[in-house]
Amino acid sequence: MAANPMTQFEVYRIGPEIKIGTFDISFTNASLFMAISSLAILIIFNLGSKKNSILPNKIQLLAELSYSFVSKMISDTAGSKAKPYFSFIFSLFMFVLFCNMFGMIPYTFTVTSHIIVTFVLASFIFIGVTVIGFIKHGFGYLKLFVPSGVPVILLPLIVVIEIISYLSRPISLSVRLFANMMAGHTMMKVFGGFVISLGIVGGWLPLSFSVALTGLEILVAFLQAYVFAILTCIYLNDALNLHH
Amino acid sequence: MIKKIFFQSIFFNFFFFKEVFAAESGGMPQLNPEFWISQIFWLTLTFGILYIVLSKLILPKISANLELRKSQIQDNIEAAEKQRKDSESKLKEYDDIIFKSKLEAKNIFKDSREKVIKDINNKKETLENQINEEIKKAEKEIEVVKKSAPEKINKIAIEASSELVKKLIGAEINNSSISAIVDDLSKKNGDKYYGN
Repeated sequence: MAANPMTQFEVYRIGPEIKIGTFDISFTNASLFMAISSLAILIIFNLGSKKNSILPNKIQLLAELSYSFVSKMISDTAGSKAKPYFSFIFSLFMFVLFCNMFGMIPYTFTVTSHIIVTFVLASFIFIGVTVIGFIKHGFGYLKLFVPSGVPVILLPLIVVIEIISYLSRPISLSVRLFANMMAGHTMMKVFGGFVISLGIVGGWLPLSFSVALTGLEILVAFLQAYVFAILTCIYLNDALNLHH
Repeated sequence: MIKKIFFQSIFFNFFFFKEVFAAESGGMPQLNPEFWISQIFWLTLTFGILYIVLSKLILPKISANLELRKSQIQDNIEAAEKQRKDSESKLKEYDDIIFKSKLEAKNIFKDSREKVIKDINNKKETLENQINEEIKKAEKEIEVVKKSAPEKINKIAIEASSELVKKLIGAEINNSSISAIVDDLSKKNGDKYYGN
């Protein structure tokens, strides 16, 4: 019995140890679920885009609804200029969503419950958005830190705050997803443990909690993927349409 | 009995809890950097492949499908609109034709009626003319007869009176003297008999 609620987050090697130089890049259970999620996305969307009938079948409808959902999300938050980044945001949303959802299946591994994974994604977004901002606006992008309509006396303080909030974006973005996933899965594990330890008589209460938590966690899994994607869109919006 | 088991289970929970959390070795596996490089590598690889395949192969297809469907639906709507307009114009044409033909029928009816009336009038007129002529002719004849009537009467009167005289007195009387008397009488009483 995996009694420790944290053991579910342990990464272990599957197959042989692979090393490039001093770096260990062995195939692990995390890698396995990354691959499974990506493959599932590719299979579903490939099936969904294969045939084009006027009246779409279920899988085609799924693919097209997801497409228009993400498309609408991007155009609502970042405008029409964000069109070239559609594929990236779509892939990101789908990847995070599928990793979260695969984590909801018992005995699976949740890729996004690892800070390193979310941090790499978030810092990639952060660096990418910053680069796009500087390419589009040059040094004018620094005006992002100077909001208009602020009294001059407050300006130094505001600029410092803005810079800090800008630099903390990758951290907040990554920690939000990671913490949500970890906390949810830990809670479920703890309540699962209570079910076992309270036995057939007292276990019903934590079991019902567990059931409710499962529903909540599925919601959270979707919501966090959505939040991750929409925050990416908002950051992209800052870089593309400099409003300050 | 059930109560006893319930309390027992709650009581013994503490032992179980100890067992449950016994394996805790402290800290989160997330913060163990042993597999960080591996995770970064595999994340980059899988997400990179996912991004490339989605953006190059799958998303353009879905986009094209959506566009195609949109344009097809648009086309269908346009075609339906066009057909609707066509049918409307055809209906209008049909109505026009019906209206025109009704008008024509009315005209034809009117014309023929007028013609018939005219014909009847013409015929009536000619008939009246004829009748008038006939009447005039008859009147003329009557006039002629009227005019010639006193002379004939006089003649007859002369002859009759001469015959009467012959029979009565057996003597021949000169016709001229009788005619003078008759003429005188007829001049006196002619108006009485003939109304002229």
